[in-house]
Amino acid sequence: MDNIVVEALIRALAVGTPLLLACLGAIINERGGVVNLGVEGMMAVGALAAFAVASSSPDANLWLAVGASMLAGAALASLHAVATVTLRANQFVSGLALALIGTGAAGLLGKKFEGLPLFNKVADWNLGGFVINPFTVAALLLAAALAFYLNSTRSGLTLRSVGENPAAADVLGVNVGAVRIWAVLAGGSLSGLAGAFLALSYRASWADNMTAGLGWIAVALVIFVGWRPLRAVLGALFFGFLYYLQFRLQGNSPIPTEVFNAMPFILVLVVLALAGLRGQQGDAPAGLGRAYVRGER
Amino acid sequence: MRFIPLASPSAARVGLITLASVAVALALCALIFVFYGVSPAEVYSTMLRGTLGDSIGLAEVGRRTIPLLLIGAGLAIAFRAQFFNIGGEGQLLLGAVFAAGTALFIPLPGPLLLPTVFIMGALGGGLWALIAALLRRLNVNEILSTLMLNYIAVALVTYLIAGPWKGKDVRGYIYTDSFPDAANLPVIAGTQVHWPTLVLGVAVALGLQWLLGRSTFGYALRVVGENPGAARYAGISSARVMTVVALITGGAAGLAGAGEVAGIHHRLLEAGQISLGYGFTAVIVAWLARGNPALCLITAPVMGIILAGGDLLKIDLNMPFRVVDVFSGVILLCLIASEVFVRNRVVWGARA
Repeated sequence: MDNIVVEALIRALAVGTPLLLACLGAIINERGGVVNLGVEGMMAVGALAAFAVASSSPDANLWLAVGASMLAGAALASLHAVATVTLRANQFVSGLALALIGTGAAGLLGKKFEGLPLFNKVADWNLGGFVINPFTVAALLLAAALAFYLNSTRSGLTLRSVGENPAAADVLGVNVGAVRIWAVLAGGSLSGLAGAFLALSYRASWADNMTAGLGWIAVALVIFVGWRPLRAVLGALFFGFLYYLQFRLQGNSPIPTEVFNAMPFILVLVVLALAGLRGQQGDAPAGLGRAYVRGER
Repeated sequence: MRFIPLASPSAARVGLITLASVAVALALCALIFVFYGVSPAEVYSTMLRGTLGDSIGLAEVGRRTIPLLLIGAGLAIAFRAQFFNIGGEGQLLLGAVFAAGTALFIPLPGPLLLPTVFIMGALGGGLWALIAALLRRLNVNEILSTLMLNYIAVALVTYLIAGPWKGKDVRGYIYTDSFPDAANLPVIAGTQVHWPTLVLGVAVALGLQWLLGRSTFGYALRVVGENPGAARYAGISSARVMTVVALITGGAAGLAGAGEVAGIHHRLLEAGQISLGYGFTAVIVAWLARGNPALCLITAPVMGIILAGGDLLKIDLNMPFRVVDVFSGVILLCLIASEVFVRNRVVWGARA
């Protein structure tokens, strides 16, 4: 019995890690007032960039691979930043375009990496019998750091003010556009990092569509956890556990496999509907999803 | 750089900026192709030669234009109401499921079968989109919900063709039995262009244009889309408008799904084979048409060229079909980023 609990926790942490990283990233840009639905795409290019660097030679530097993934995620996010912040384009549609570009470009450019071996994957750490992945540790620390940053630092307050009331922040001399652009880039880099975890550790390979909808779940997770980093840890664990259930029950029950494949997506709908029923949308930053135009109300 | 709002941009300005943004998009895609290691000139010439160069290519474009036109015209309406339906893919699949169920299991006299297949297809797609409209009343963003519904639709199709609907004489394959002959659409000889669906698509595009521009409902829809506050003040129920919009946009996608299975495949098969990403590509069709269903008559074939061209790139240049996503994504991004130049004059330099 104990073994099953430990196994469930380990598996939930593993799938929960990319969800948590991407969700934290999205929390940063959404707290700044910019929705980015392109997480799936940024994850995909992050995974490809990490894999491309890590598989380039047997002694490739994994830190470099991780850096490349964050850079790739941020690079893709910069398109979103220019389109939505500078050119005031619709944030939701721009994010959708980003998801298409990211998954498309990764699938295209990644074709030559399909089926290649990874010489040195990111190994798990063994902390006194408890095996944990370095990415998981990083994600948990990041969640705590982000919570502290948002609630207890001046710069975090600035970010929140830009998301809640950009006009007031503007009056106080905050450069709303610049803060939002940085927030989008930071969000993109964390999505990229989530991709690196998939490519360097979780799957330790590259395949087209390896993100398999995780990015979209991360976007929904942000709403589910009410834009709070510490709650995101629990939310990611919850969805991670669902994936574990799906994995465990597949083939061991009369319920057809397809139902399990669809389960995370059905759950996202249920969770979003519940969040709506509880009026949780009220926790959303007040300026979320709208371009800021000085002097416009 | 500053933006000065324009009261009402001229049609010429809208057209020119739309063309310019597509040109920028194609240039950006060219950059990605260079990165991939293939000459953009070769990519574009392969696409054009194989699609517009001969009758086979034109027929391939035509075949893909049919679902794009139907879904795109419906999406144009949806976008005008600010209902961002990204679930064309799932709605098409549900249309295909309902159509296939009708063709396979409902015994109807010959001449009644095809119309019923289409009606049921529209119903399937419409109901699937309706879920998103109802969830929107709970403040669930429809982009997310329609996308999730896409994934669920794929799982549903797989379940049906591998389980209860699996054909009796298909051995190891996973698809249903063939439809009875009366449920198959006629095609233009030597092609896969099922012309009745094409005619239907043209009618839907023109009909929706009429609805949008000339009917009371179309007026309510535009008010809800352009100024929700004014709509509330005028007593127009946003929720009701959204419900009807969802049924229309989902229904149109469902018709497309019915057309695909009755016109091309004659059975229900894997989701990836029924739809080649029509639901997503149709988003660009509707956006290129700037929310005018009738203009989809032009923009649907344009995106049809890109879809058919994507197939050629796969065959001739051995590029992954994902290249189509790159085209779609980049064109969409450039289009929405160009919006600001449509609505505003640009003034360089600081405030005077």
